Amino acid sequence: MSDLGNLYQDLILDHAKRPQGRVLLVEPTASSHQINPTCGDEVTVTVQLDGDTITAFGWEGHGCAISQSSASFLSLLVTGRPVDEVRALIAEFREVIRSRGTLELDEERFGDAIALNGVSRYSARVKCAMLAWVALEDALG
Amino acid sequence: MSFSAHDLRLDFPLLGTEVNGHPLVYLDSAATSQKPLAVLDAERDYYLRSNAAVNRGAHTLAASATDAFEDARATVARFVGAHDDEIVWTSNATEGINLVSYALSNASTAPEQFRSLALSPGDEIVVTELEHHANLIPWQQLAERTGALLRYIPVADGGSLRLDLLETTITDRARVVAVSHVSNVLGTVNPVEAFVARAREVGALVVLDACQSVPHLPVDVHALDVDFAVFSGHKMLAPTGIGALYGKRELLAALPPVVTGGSMITTVTMERAEFLPPPLRFEAGTQRVSQVIALAEAVRYLEVLGMPAVADHSHRLGARLVEGLRSIEGVRVLGDQGSMPRIGLASFEVEGIHAHDVGQFLDDRGIAVRVGHHCAQPLHRRLGLIASTRASSSVYTTEEEIDLFLEALAEVRGFFGVGA
Repeated sequence: MSDLGNLYQDLILDHAKRPQGRVLLVEPTASSHQINPTCGDEVTVTVQLDGDTITAFGWEGHGCAISQSSASFLSLLVTGRPVDEVRALIAEFREVIRSRGTLELDEERFGDAIALNGVSRYSARVKCAMLAWVALEDALG
Repeated sequence: MSFSAHDLRLDFPLLGTEVNGHPLVYLDSAATSQKPLAVLDAERDYYLRSNAAVNRGAHTLAASATDAFEDARATVARFVGAHDDEIVWTSNATEGINLVSYALSNASTAPEQFRSLALSPGDEIVVTELEHHANLIPWQQLAERTGALLRYIPVADGGSLRLDLLETTITDRARVVAVSHVSNVLGTVNPVEAFVARAREVGALVVLDACQSVPHLPVDVHALDVDFAVFSGHKMLAPTGIGALYGKRELLAALPPVVTGGSMITTVTMERAEFLPPPLRFEAGTQRVSQVIALAEAVRYLEVLGMPAVADHSHRLGARLVEGLRSIEGVRVLGDQGSMPRIGLASFEVEGIHAHDVGQFLDDRGIAVRVGHHCAQPLHRRLGLIASTRASSSVYTTEEEIDLFLEALAEVRGFFGVGA
């Protein structure tokens, strides 16, 4: 597969076109709005918490295929999980995406989000992939 | 007289680089240009043969460094039609605009001799909706510091400035009118004369952002009759870290300093200091001598090509770019009015594909373009966009490169599965 095809996997293009969880919760427990200052892309995430568990997640935003698919993948991972576990997931995601191609996401833990593995070799795109994840991290405090 | 961009390419070794297995097609010269060997050599030679502190010290080396430094000022001044003492060295155009805006606000609290240009509440500062953030935020800040009101000339749907609103927007309350010569997003040449004429009627100062004009067009600041103008060396074949502020002699003389310290004074006591006349009044501290000398060398490089020929080249590439972009389905050129003169630069949106993804696709082919808002968020918002893709040229850009770019761009929607 070409380098570019490796970056823009079909799954990424599919999710960018038909994103999952792309709706804001009406009365969220917490929310966060993040902007990528270099391109103006933005993502808002909303979460509903019941104690330490995320019971609902929704997002809204606009941007490139990487930032939009990444938010979509994230939405499939967090509902029903304890906050601490999600925080750990975000930290692990960040480490891999920033690894300049030396690390890969674990399929069992990250599901379809492993399609983003290729991003780690494009340092200019790391912020795109991180946008929604940073927003969720911020919302969780 | 004309030149062939092909013949220049050996002067720019970086252009021979391969990127992602393709010969580099560098179409991001509006962000920063590449540098010819002559410019790099000039900077190196200065350190090898002449390095010394300038405008201080009396030894032979110091004198020859000072001569070279001041000769460079004369070279750059002549290049833009200014007197030598009307050119102040800055780090870049951004710093030049900030220098003017801070000098104007310092005027409010300066001793009597420097107060003539001070702004007060009720005064107005006028910008345009298409400005680079560097020609917007300093004026927002000046308005905030002085209580002046910031107004702007809006952009029409097609991207042109609403000149029909010049008279009602630039009123007799206007003290400063800040406008760019060439839009860094649209590539179009703005009608500076209309702004100057209106500013003269109401007694306002005109500050010209000439970043995208000085590298590509013959610019004569006296003929334009602007009061201040700024440009950056790194966009015109010179290194980063050096730019210039032009100011009319009597206006620079009327402004108080902004950065103070060594080499900008006549007499200093423990209580106070007397300042040198411009330009040295605005050049406190050790200067960027090697970069100044390199900038003068870049100017000589452009002068050898001839600015009319450089402008022809830029116009020709701009026309080819826009024509090519128009013919690609799903591509919309920003500010595409057809009639306005433009440089070899165009920004565009590709329907259904974010600019970042367009840029990534092109980069995979070795084609370097700019993606994002190009430091002009208000203009993008006005045109209904968050981001766009920009292709921009310089003297070394060939028509074949424009064609390679257009051919690659024609495939981008197919790759992302958008459109037919």
